Amino acid sequence: MKYTEITVRYGELSTKGKNRREFIGRLNGNVTKALAAFPDLHIYPKRDRMHIALNGTDSDAVIEKLSMVFGIQNFSPSLKIAKDVETLKQTALEMMQELVPVAKTFKIDTRRSDHEFELDTNQINLLLGDYIYDHIPGLTAKMKHPDVTLRVEVRRDGIYLSSQTIKGAGGLPVGTAGKAMLMLSGGIDSPVAGYLAMKRGVEIEMVHFFSPPYTSERALAKAKQLTAKLAPYCGTIKFIEVPFTEIQEEVKRTVPEGYLMTVQRRFMLRLAVKLAEQRQGLAIFNGESVGQVASQTLESMVAINDVTSMPIIRPVATMDKTEIISIAEKIDTFDLSILPFEDCCTIFAPPRPKTKPNLEKARFYESQLDGEALMARSLAGVKVTEIRSHDEFLTTDQIDIQSVL
Amino acid sequence: MIYFDNSATTKIDPAVLQTYQTVANEFWGNPSSLHHLGDRALQMLQSARQQIADLVKCQPDEIYFTSGGTEGDNWVIKGTALAKREFGRHLIVSAIEHPAVLNSARQLEKMGWEVTYLPVNKAGFVTPESVAAAIRPDTVLVSVMAVNNEIGSIQPIEAIAKILTQYPTIHFHVDAVQSVGKNLWSRVLPERVDFATFSAHKFHGPRGVGFIYAKRGRQLETLITGGGQEQDRRSGTENTPAIAAMSKALRLALTDEASKAAHELALKQKLVDFLSALPDITIFSPVTPDFAPHILCFALRGVRGETTVHASEAEDIYLSTTSACSSRSGVESGTLKAMQIPEKLATSAVRISLDDANTEAEVEQFIKIFPKVYQRFQHMNGR
Repeated sequence: MKYTEITVRYGELSTKGKNRREFIGRLNGNVTKALAAFPDLHIYPKRDRMHIALNGTDSDAVIEKLSMVFGIQNFSPSLKIAKDVETLKQTALEMMQELVPVAKTFKIDTRRSDHEFELDTNQINLLLGDYIYDHIPGLTAKMKHPDVTLRVEVRRDGIYLSSQTIKGAGGLPVGTAGKAMLMLSGGIDSPVAGYLAMKRGVEIEMVHFFSPPYTSERALAKAKQLTAKLAPYCGTIKFIEVPFTEIQEEVKRTVPEGYLMTVQRRFMLRLAVKLAEQRQGLAIFNGESVGQVASQTLESMVAINDVTSMPIIRPVATMDKTEIISIAEKIDTFDLSILPFEDCCTIFAPPRPKTKPNLEKARFYESQLDGEALMARSLAGVKVTEIRSHDEFLTTDQIDIQSVL
Repeated sequence: MIYFDNSATTKIDPAVLQTYQTVANEFWGNPSSLHHLGDRALQMLQSARQQIADLVKCQPDEIYFTSGGTEGDNWVIKGTALAKREFGRHLIVSAIEHPAVLNSARQLEKMGWEVTYLPVNKAGFVTPESVAAAIRPDTVLVSVMAVNNEIGSIQPIEAIAKILTQYPTIHFHVDAVQSVGKNLWSRVLPERVDFATFSAHKFHGPRGVGFIYAKRGRQLETLITGGGQEQDRRSGTENTPAIAAMSKALRLALTDEASKAAHELALKQKLVDFLSALPDITIFSPVTPDFAPHILCFALRGVRGETTVHASEAEDIYLSTTSACSSRSGVESGTLKAMQIPEKLATSAVRISLDDANTEAEVEQFIKIFPKVYQRFQHMNGR
């Protein structure tokens, strides 16, 4: 079926009274960015739904991208036809014929915004219902929970038919809940935390610490690639690389082994907070899960969280590893996350870090370093790039490679 | 020149050679190196493997690169025997297998394994019943080729697979070297096949490279140990240019394979029509759905196969005695012998093996020239 339009129904935002205009505006922007690869589309955001005119673009490719945009309840690919009763009957029949024998029951659901059209809603329902019933043996009408609902919309410019309703990503349009920094290591948990943050409308910017030569370019590329995997949910994501080598070396030189990790984490969090303040972020998100590793015990959280009063949100805090992995698989970050490159969290990891660090001690050891100067130098070296969903970082030579194969 | 010896080897495709060259020049790092030159080579290797896996319809970790068909056969036969030696030491191979399989089995026999060599019928086919009858509790492997390299008979792989579904522990190996690009894959690689062997130079790829398909979870002892390449199962620095070239050659071979196979079959039909009209010619590869479209084995009574090969060569036509491997060693064809063809007739056999690059004009040329070769030897048959 060659569809001409996609009708998008808004998610939770429909209930949000006064903010509606802002929500729709933001969703429109996000959809536009997510579908930037298709130049022929026309997007019309309306008060109760959004119409995307395909203008010849392949609907499957658009649907794939659209199903990842947060703030969409569901959407239907539809077919626009002329306001002609005979065409309407034929097209409706053809659409239904594609769905049998899987579908056994159906219903026609007509809406009419053009009240000058000769037939009213009930008449259209009856007309099409009869016609389809007569022409497809074995298919029966059913008003409650039919297998297929054929939606018919009579508008000024034509009649729109759709038989499929595709579930959207739900959630809130990214950006409507404000901006926050996500501490992205490259492991399994932090991309999942980022996904969940975006689902609730939070615009995230990635903060990634890298420590060359202890971490490789490949580890940096992997973090960027993970960012690209999350970009379809919002359009583009800013990736902030924070040089961390000097701090890690200084911490390693000065701090006793048991507190290496705690003090390092305190610096990371401080830097993330500073970046949030500079960039109008309201909170920090990370992929910590209670008790998973030494730095994620409640005691460690106390000792690390100490450096800021900014909210730190841990979307996966109470999830089991298997639950986190199942989301990572769903959002296709798992295979990337398990690529075996050293990242900022694994280097200099002491063999026996304190699982119950003492806050006072952490503060004391840290005070022996010139933290302000170290952080200033690190922040001076920060690099920000904007990452799009189709950017390639790990497999940079794919075009070369595909052309020779 | 009329080249009718494509089962011996095919000419490398210029586009494939170009790939070899590009990869050798631009992706020459060792895929195991950590730096970006290595990484580039690794990406090339992975993409080549992915493409092959997609074409074979399996997972990339089920593809292992080898040095060719002989290594693949050796690995699967001996690797299975070694991996399963605690469970049984009986192998079943068909009597018409390629020497790479047969001699691997014979070597194992010397070392204490037992081997059943499955006979074939007069037409050159293993029968599924004989497979069923040969299976013993200690059988660990059944190896039957997809397409016989000497006469082109397509073996009943699907029927054997069906029998073997009742024996899930037995490894089923199919030597698929002669079957690529002949529109036979679904027939010769059913789900029950555990291992399949391929060689690049039989489908316009380079020499010295091939691959095996090895089903996930099937045990195969490593024969070539070393630096741990190929998931630690076949060591040796990966031959990246040849592997990339093979991947491309396979893609090209499988593109439009139905029409290519139909073209080859039309040529074969024409040759069969011509040859069968001549007295003193026996055809071993009729045009039926059970014979590959590209192989035509026939005997010219009273004339040794190599004589026909040389006489044809003088006319710039390149044929082969029944298989290139055996043609220099002077032994008679293993397949024809197994079919119980009398020795005198078997030694008269020659093989035409076609390719989609062969043309109707070449076949017509052959039909024009061959009577000269034929008539020269008429006196041998007292005419």
